[in-house]
Parts: sequence; structure tokens; C-alpha cells
Amino acid sequence: MIDTNTKRLALFNFWIAFGSFALACVFGIYQVLERSGLFSFIQSPAVYFASVSTHGVLMAFVLTTFFIMGFGYYTATTSLKMPIWNPLLAWSGYAICLTGVVLAAIPLLLGKASVLYTFYPPIQANAFFYIGATLLVVGSWFWTVIMIVMFGKWKKNHPGETVPLPMFATTANAYLWAWTSVGVALEAVFQLLPWSLGLRDTIDVGLARTLFAWTLHPIVYFWLIPAYIALYSYVPIAAGGKLFSEKLARVAFLLILVFGLPIGFHHLYMDPEQGTIAKFWHMVGTFAVALPTLLTGFTVIASLEMAGRKRGGKGLFGWIGALPWQNTMVLAAILSLLMLVLGGFGGIVNASYAMNAMVHNTAWVPGHFHLIFAGTVVTMYLALAYHLWPKLSGKKLFSNDLALTQLWTWFIGMVIMTTPWHVLGLLGQPRRISAVQYNSLLTLAWQPYELLMIIGGFVLLGSACLFVYILFKTQTEGTLEPQTDEPNIQGEAVVSLWLNNFVPWNLLILGLMMLSYGWPILQFFVLKTYNPTAWGY
Amino acid sequence: MNPSSWISKIRSCLNLFEQDIEIENLEKKWLYVATIMVGFFVIVMGIGALVLNVNPPSHWETIDSASLHLSSEFAEDKLGVQPMALPDGTIQVQLVAARYGFYPREIVVPADQKIQFRMATLDVLHGAHIPMTNMSTMIVPGHVSEVTTVFPKPGEYPLLCNEYCGMGHDHMWSKVTVLSQDEWAALKTGGKQP
Repeated sequence: MIDTNTKRLALFNFWIAFGSFALACVFGIYQVLERSGLFSFIQSPAVYFASVSTHGVLMAFVLTTFFIMGFGYYTATTSLKMPIWNPLLAWSGYAICLTGVVLAAIPLLLGKASVLYTFYPPIQANAFFYIGATLLVVGSWFWTVIMIVMFGKWKKNHPGETVPLPMFATTANAYLWAWTSVGVALEAVFQLLPWSLGLRDTIDVGLARTLFAWTLHPIVYFWLIPAYIALYSYVPIAAGGKLFSEKLARVAFLLILVFGLPIGFHHLYMDPEQGTIAKFWHMVGTFAVALPTLLTGFTVIASLEMAGRKRGGKGLFGWIGALPWQNTMVLAAILSLLMLVLGGFGGIVNASYAMNAMVHNTAWVPGHFHLIFAGTVVTMYLALAYHLWPKLSGKKLFSNDLALTQLWTWFIGMVIMTTPWHVLGLLGQPRRISAVQYNSLLTLAWQPYELLMIIGGFVLLGSACLFVYILFKTQTEGTLEPQTDEPNIQGEAVVSLWLNNFVPWNLLILGLMMLSYGWPILQFFVLKTYNPTAWGY
Repeated sequence: MNPSSWISKIRSCLNLFEQDIEIENLEKKWLYVATIMVGFFVIVMGIGALVLNVNPPSHWETIDSASLHLSSEFAEDKLGVQPMALPDGTIQVQLVAARYGFYPREIVVPADQKIQFRMATLDVLHGAHIPMTNMSTMIVPGHVSEVTTVFPKPGEYPLLCNEYCGMGHDHMWSKVTVLSQDEWAALKTGGKQP
């Protein structure tokens, strides 16, 4: 049961998301070409840093937020079997987000906001950039409210029943986002906006970095949860089996929600404004949040194995070959999990406290997050798009073969691009440089890897264009086809109080957040700090 | 309420949780394996931090970035490798990070000896990293960054800025020459700039 309004809402959100995605890939190819130093006529730090800033904002904030909103509306209506609560509110949120994107895009494209998607004062951007970013967050809160209200309404109408897993996870993500976005919202409202509008001359950089770190880590779980929903809810069925354990799935989502939040300081290990005790505590939490990912890997692979054996796969590995590799959802899950394993190892290195010194802010870091985000997460977004487009447009997917080609090329391109990136990081190349200008022998070792990255970049750009082409063709020229409803992913009969509501978990988060961020934030108000004025770039 | 009743309350809560969740055997085993793995990493780093004092640079000290040139430590004539080693033999190096370099641009230090870098920025955020070594720290306006390391291998190293700091970011680097202890001793200047 999916009504026209929800379909339209989802498609409108998805087109902004994937349009931004394709555009950002174009910026990406410029960046690998520019930084290789092969083509002197395109070399320009001004264009490069404007491009990197735009690429980051489009991928990390626009693609994700709009995709998650669209997918949330779809999941809520299909799994709860009720229409969107207050569609006007949903459309208003959409309009606010879109206004924000446009307001931020203007200074970004004009080179007036080359502060990268991480803001990093005291380099100052045009005020419209901060206003736009704030509106994007505010608009997304409308979605958050709608998800939480729908969860509550369903439970009220179904006393004693378990909320279906996809909606349970979506609501966990809504709570996660509510908690996550507070940090950057505080930074924007009390620091960046008054400062960029000229109401205040100086800015406390240590405080700004601390508040941004509050958001910077859990935001990646906000992006990741829709991918995990696909892995738990769609992949086992697509493979011809069933989810190995629904309870463990719920536990995994709750662990992500609780442990994903109070751990942002692993982005600040090398910073002077936070002490060892706080950093160590956040490190422990960072390792704790590896648990739900290890659980997810286990449960999803177990589900795939059950499906493979059911399809006649024998032996220790025979079930892998027996899986339906021709199914986009299954193929995406396999590729996505592969990249998650590789990226996860890299993540453990980053998270390893003092050892972070070896890789901090080197090319290793973008290598890592491209593998995890652009690899694991985006691959599942792509597969979800192939799954949802027929349901939303009522038309048959334009070509399953092209879709499989697209997923494979995205994987191959990502491996070709991120492997040299990791190596460059270990060879000491800083991230975010527009050209190699150092007069040092070390830079000779970097050259071959830059060339490899160009190849990866072209494969990825081709893959992204193919993706948008398939969606566009499906919607415009696809043959009409009656669509089936999403299968019921209904909660198990035994209602578990712990796994069916968020009150105790939110209280736990409140406690953990006070422990993790109480003094680290308070110190900037208690101790004497010196705040710098704004700088251009 | 006394602590023991709190503990019993928490315990009954956990029991309730365990009964409520009822996890299958295989899952339970994997949960143990995963927890032990993660716990092992944390314990190793805990020992490193508490026993061996292996911690990331986390020295809290504030400074007015706008008046570094007037400060007793970061004024122009005070920068570089300090002529006198600290009482424990550590050699101190004061650097100012600013667009676009770490000043002074060239320094010479000995290998196999503790080097303590103290750095401050006079403008925006910078990051200092000597590739292939663990000398790394962010330099945040308003704060003094302090990081201590030992360079085991003599040679010429670049000190690179690894945080975007403006249009000249690509050009921000300085040169660190690490001399062997013999060469260092031969350098009769007592550690001043050659």
C-alpha cells in the first residue's frame, strides 16, 4: 500500500539526492585530474578547493539527507501500512531543505565558500553558505518528527505488537539524527551565523571543533542505517531466504544508536583542545560501536548462507556461488560487505588512539571514507534505487543487465581509486592538497598512485552516469508493470519491551552524552580561551 | 539508596534484559568472539596509555594567537631549536605555523633523542605531520600544541601542513634535518641553527 502522495514525495527526494550525486561525481573527476599535475591548464587552487567543498557538501549532506528522507517516507508507509502523517509538514521540510541547498550552492559555486564541508573556522565563508547548511538541517528535522510520530501512532493502534523491523530501524535513525544534528546546529546558531553576519568579531575555534566532532561521527551512522535496513530487510528475501535473526538486527540498530553518539573525539585525537582522558573514553566507545557492525556482518552473511544452501549450494563455500548474483540487491550486498570488511580494517587503524598520528589527515582518511561511504553505503543506496524505482514509477526497471554492470563498475572503480589513496596516506601525502608542490624526494613515490586514481575516477564517473541513465529511462520509457507490495517484515511474536521502544535508550544516550561532552564543552566557558578573528582563504 | 541496592537493581535489570532478548547459541558465540576482539584492542591501547604513556598529543595550554610576536616564547627571535636542552635531555623546538610555512623553515635536530615540538598558529588551523614518523598534531588558533617524539632514522624530512589552511596550503611545508648522534656532536654550535 503506497499512495500517490508518498510516491511523489519519495521520488522528489530521490531525484535531488541522485542528481546531486551525479553532479558531485563530475566535480570528483576534475579533482583527480587537477591534483595529478598532468594538465597544467586546469590547475588552480581556487577552483580545486571550491570543487572539493562542493563535492563534499553534495555527497555528504545533500545526497544522504534527501535519500534518507525519501527512503524513510517509503519505509514508514509500506512497513506500517499507514499514510504519511501530515504530508504538508513533509513537503514543507522538503522545501526548506531545498531552499537551504540552493542558498548554500550559490556561494559554493562562486568560490565564496571554499571552507570544505567541515566548515573549519576561523576561515570564513559567505554567510549564505552557513544559512543554507542550517536550513538543510532544520528541514530534515521535519522528517525526524514525522518518523517519530508515525512510530508512536502505530504502536498506539497496535498495542502489544512489535513494530516492523524496517520502521524500527528508521525510527532509530530519526532519533540518532536528532541527537547528532544538535552539535552542528549549536555551532551554526551560536558561532558561525552571528560571526559570519558580522554580529560577533571572534570565534572560539576549540569549541567549534568540539561541537562539529559531536556531529561528525554519528552522522556517518545516519548515512549507514538505510544501507543496513536494506541488508537486513531486503537482501535475505532477494537472495531467496530469510533474515537469520531479527532480534539481533534490532540489537545492532540500538547499539549503533547508543554507541554511535558519544564518540566524536576520534576526529580530534591530534587536537590540543581536548585532553587524554576524554580522548581515551571516546576511543573505547569507538571500538564498542564496531560491535553492531560485526553483528551485522555475521547476521547478513548467515542469512545469505541459508539462502545459498536452500538454492542447492553445498560445501564450505559452495553456497556463495549458488547465490543469485544476477539480482541487483544481492550483488550490491556482496560488494558492499566486501568493501565494509576492507574499510573496517582501515577504520580500526584510524580509531586506534595514539596510532592515529601515522594517518591523521593523510590521504589514508579520504581513502577510508570513500571505501566505507561511497563504497558500502552508496552501493546499497544504488541497489535500493533499483528496487524502489519500479515500485514508485509503476514501471519495469529499464535493464537489469545494465544495472548489474553499473554496480560492478562502481565497485571496481572504487577499489581502483581507494587503494592508491590508502597507499598515498601511508607514504605521508596530506589529504586536501590541490597539487604536489613540496620540494622533497618523498613526492616521487607518490606519482604512480595519482595516475591510478585517475583511472578509478573515470570508471566511477561512467558508472554514476549509467546509474542516472537507468533511472531516467525507467521512469520515462519503462513499460508499465503491476507492482507487488513489500513483503511483510513483521516483528516476532514475542514482544520485547527492550527492543520495541526508545525511551530507555534515549535516557542512556543522555547520560553518555553528558559524560562524553559535559566537561569537554564546559571547559571553554570555564577556562580562559583566546578567540581569533575571521580569515579569508 | 545505598550502593548495594543500586547494584542489585542493575543486576535484576540486566537479568530481565537477558531473559527478554533470548539470543540463539550461535549468535551468542559470535557476540562473545566480537566482544573479546574489541576488548583486546581496547586493553592493548589502555596498557599503552597507562603504562607506556603512549597518548595522542593532548596538551592544554591557551595563547593569544594575535599577539604571538609579543609573547616570550613565540617571538621571532625565540623560535627554532632551543640552545639549551631541558634538564632531562629533551631538546625543545618552538615553531610558529602560519601561512604558508612552519617558521623557521629549516631546522636541524638529532636522532635518538627526545624532541619536544611546541607550536602555535598566528592565523588559521594548520596540521603538522612529518611523514613516516609519529610526529603529528593539529595546531588550533588560541592553543599551544605540544608533541614529543624521537626520530630513529637520520635524514631529511619534510614537515607538511595537513589541514586545509587557504589557497597556498599546497605550499606549506618546512624542512627538518635529522642528524645522527655523531654528526650532532660534531656540530659544535650546540644545537643552534647551522
